[in-house]
Formats: sequence, C-alpha cells, structure tokens
Amino acid sequence: MRGFQLRAAQAAVLASVLVFWFVMTEPGLVPSFYFSNPNQAAFFFGQPLKVFEVILEWFVSGSIYKHLGITLFETVMAFMIGTGAGMGMGLWLALSPTAAAILDPYVKALNSMPRVILAPIFAVWFGLGVWSKVALGVTLVFFIVFFNVYQGVREVSPTLLANARMLGAERIGLLRYVYLPSAMSWVFSSLHTSVGLAFVGAVVGEYLGSAAGVGYLILQAEGTFDINTVFAGIVVLTVFALVLDAVVSLVEKRLMKWQPRSSETEKL
Amino acid sequence: MAAAIEFSGVSCTFVGRESPDQRYTAVKDVSFGVGAGEFVSIVGPTGCGKSTLLNVAAGLLEPSAGSVFAFGQPLRGINRRAGYMFQAEALLPWRTARENVLAGLEFRGVARKEAELQAEEWLRRVGLGGFGDRYIHQMSGGMRKRTAMAQTLILDPDIILMDEPFSALDIQTRQLMENELLALWQARQKAVLFITHDLDEAIAMSDRVLVLSAGPSSRPIGEFKVDLARPRDVTEIRSDPRFIRLHTDIWSVLREEVLKGYAQQMKAVA
Repeated sequence: MRGFQLRAAQAAVLASVLVFWFVMTEPGLVPSFYFSNPNQAAFFFGQPLKVFEVILEWFVSGSIYKHLGITLFETVMAFMIGTGAGMGMGLWLALSPTAAAILDPYVKALNSMPRVILAPIFAVWFGLGVWSKVALGVTLVFFIVFFNVYQGVREVSPTLLANARMLGAERIGLLRYVYLPSAMSWVFSSLHTSVGLAFVGAVVGEYLGSAAGVGYLILQAEGTFDINTVFAGIVVLTVFALVLDAVVSLVEKRLMKWQPRSSETEKL
Repeated sequence: MAAAIEFSGVSCTFVGRESPDQRYTAVKDVSFGVGAGEFVSIVGPTGCGKSTLLNVAAGLLEPSAGSVFAFGQPLRGINRRAGYMFQAEALLPWRTARENVLAGLEFRGVARKEAELQAEEWLRRVGLGGFGDRYIHQMSGGMRKRTAMAQTLILDPDIILMDEPFSALDIQTRQLMENELLALWQARQKAVLFITHDLDEAIAMSDRVLVLSAGPSSRPIGEFKVDLARPRDVTEIRSDPRFIRLHTDIWSVLREEVLKGYAQQMKAVA
C-alpha cells in the first residue's frame, strides 16, 4: 500500500470507531437494547463529542498544562534518577564479581516484586507530592537499566579490552573509554522501555493518591462518575506517551548513529 | 644493543577454570629474540600457541615459567613499548575511524587538537584520508585493518606485534596491505614480531622466519634467515628463485608439524 492510502486506511479505522462509539451512546439515536434507560449507555461509556469538549476546554483554558507539566516532571526525574542509579549499580556489580555473587538473590527478589505495592510506602515516606511518584518510577526504571548495563559491561569483547590496554588505557581509562560507552549503548537500546516505564510509574503513582497531574484528574473524575473526563484524561495521556516516544526516537537516532542499520544503501 | 624483545625459557600452561587438573601447555621452553628494527615472523600449524607468545610479549599474559625482556628490561605488566595489532576486530565501534586512530593518544592525555592533527596525518598515510568520519560498520574489512594499523602505529611503538593481521582479507587487498606495511616499516625500522600461518607472507615480509612445532608444548624447531633484497614487493618476490628455495626448505620442516597438528585436532574431535 502507498503511503497516502495507508494513512487514509488508518484514519478510516479511527473514524469508524468514533462513529460507532457516537451512535451507540447518543441517547435516543438507537433504541436501547441492553440498558433500560436510554441515557445509561452515555453514563457508562461516555460520549466522543463530550470527551472532545472536555479536552478542548482543558487546552483552551490552559488548566491542563499544569497537570501535564507535573506528570512530565515526574517522568523525567524518574527516568534520570533510575538511569543514573541503574548505571552505577550495573557497572559496580559487573566489575566486581564478588559483590555481584553476594547481592544476586536480593536483586532477583527485588526485581520480581510487583513494584506497585510500594506506592503506599512511598506515599508515607515522601508524601503525596511529586517525589512519591518519582520514587515509584525509579523502582521501575532502575531494573531495566541495571540489567542492561550489567549485560553490556560483561559482554565487552576481550579483544577490545586488550586493545584498549595496549593503547595505554588503565583502570579509569578502561571504565571511561570502553565499559561506559559499551554500557551506554545497551542503555540507549532500552530507552523506549525505560522512558515508558517512568511514565507508567508517574501516572500510576498519581492515580493512587496525589494532588496534581493527569493521573489525579482521572482519579477526581472517577470519584464523581464523570466518565467523559476519565476518557479525556486517557486520550491526553496516550497522546502524551506517543509524543514522548517520538522524542526518544529522535534522541536515539542521534546517539546511536554508530550502530549498523539493516540497510544503508542510498536509493538513486 | 639489547633485543627489542627477548624470550628466555618461556612456558605457558593454562589451567581449566572449572577443573584445575585439566591442564594444557601451549608453549614450552621458548627462547628467541627480536632485534631492534628486525622483522621476524613466526609460522606454525593452527593451535600451536603463536598467539600465546604474542600475548606474552605484549604483557597481556604472564608466562608460567621463564622471563621476557623488553630492550633488556624484564617485562612487568603491559609492554609499554609495544603496539599490538589483533587478529580479531578490536576497533571501538562507537567511535569514528579518526577517533579510533587517536584513541591511544587520548588515553595518554595528548591534547585533543594535537591528537586530531596526528590522526589525520596517519589516516592519510594508510590511505584513508577523507574517511575519518566513518564509523566502523561503514567501512570494509580492508579499511578496518588500515584503521587498526594507524591506531597501533600512531603511538610509534618500538616493537610492533601482529597476530595474523591480514588473514581475514581477500588476497588482493592482503598483498596491498602487506606492501603498505613493508613501506611503513622500511621508513621507521621498528622491530616487528609477525604471526601468520601463511608461509608466503612470512618469507616475503621478514628478515627471519621461525617455525613453531605443533602443540601442545610448542617450541621453535627451525630458524631461517631471509636474505632477500629490500625494498621488496610481496607479489613480485614470490617468483624469485631464492624465495622458492627458502619456501621449499621451510615447508619441509613445517609440513610435518602441520600434519601432526592436524592429526591431533582430529583426535581431539573424535
């Protein structure tokens, strides 16, 4: 399929879902066959136009920016702290087999623990502000980065190391010029996953208890059975996640340009 | 003047990591030297411990017995006067050709500007002027070897250790690279310890060829002086009558070892 046709087909899928949603929930348009009251469908499933109205209102009044900003801040902080800690720990354990052997069962246990159950503890420790959400995101990001760095350092080719040593790199030099770049390449290859998980941590944290953020908006709307606002929140979060992913792709392209792509011939 | 590298009764025994009683003696009681400015090749059947000797000379591997001297000094740790060109790919893939060439200078704390200037000069010298911004995956096998050569030679080592550096190249590229290496060597007269399984290559390039016996417990069993005139062209010299005679002489020694090595490998597989 050509590019244009593909886009048209994709738009058609979205349009038909929206039309189906509209037709099934608009009170009185279709005789209700399941609910006893014609307004009940709209109550449970929301209405696309109302959802759109809510989103429009958020952006026109500008009230959404504060919440988006907070969610973005939590995501970025969780990503940065989690990546930093994961890299430090990964480098340390990969270069010190004794420490790795001692800590191995605990790392495995912590990683297999469902991280969401830590949210209440973080809320007690860090309060209902942004930092409890950051902490939750960090626990998610940390292990992804940690395992990648650990793998990356351990898989540095011995020849590469021997060559760097022959060229005059000592302990610090090897760390800086061989281990770190090699580990970084593994971190970048997991960038999509770790940024995604930082975002998940932020939103789930907000949803479980907060005073601001897009997750908070959803939580509030749910408390008043305002299903349209819940859907609006979901749509905004989805678009936000897509934008975040696009930014990561851009960064990745810049940082990973030394890696071979499957095809790199020029089309003439 | 002391030899650039001197092996004196060097033996290397490897112990299995899991089972300490599983031992393998790669080389045993090896003694020879490479004079300053001399080009020495080591030939031998596969698995005869050629690379082991090179790693010992580089200081990457400590011998189980015996000692190694670099310019008269007993070698401890990495051999700082040696440059090592590996058989396998050893370039840093996240660096461009230029950044790879200047890596050694960077590790030694040479100012960036100066390092870049020298790297550019060396890239030109190995025929890669204008390719400095290419990443490793964007270069052909021959270009990678040139980069590796520049990376090693930019530090101006007094002894160059080469482990089958051109074995992965096709025959045309290989002869080109051999000639280029000879020209570079001719201009600087550094000691070279060159390892190869290709007898033609060994004779065409060296002042002296050592034949190693089949492993385990390899040791030099033949030494041949190559008194062909320099400068040489590795392609033309192959038809020189003296080259052919040397080839016959060395091959008569090497042949038996190659067969022995082959038989041992077959036995190990069976």
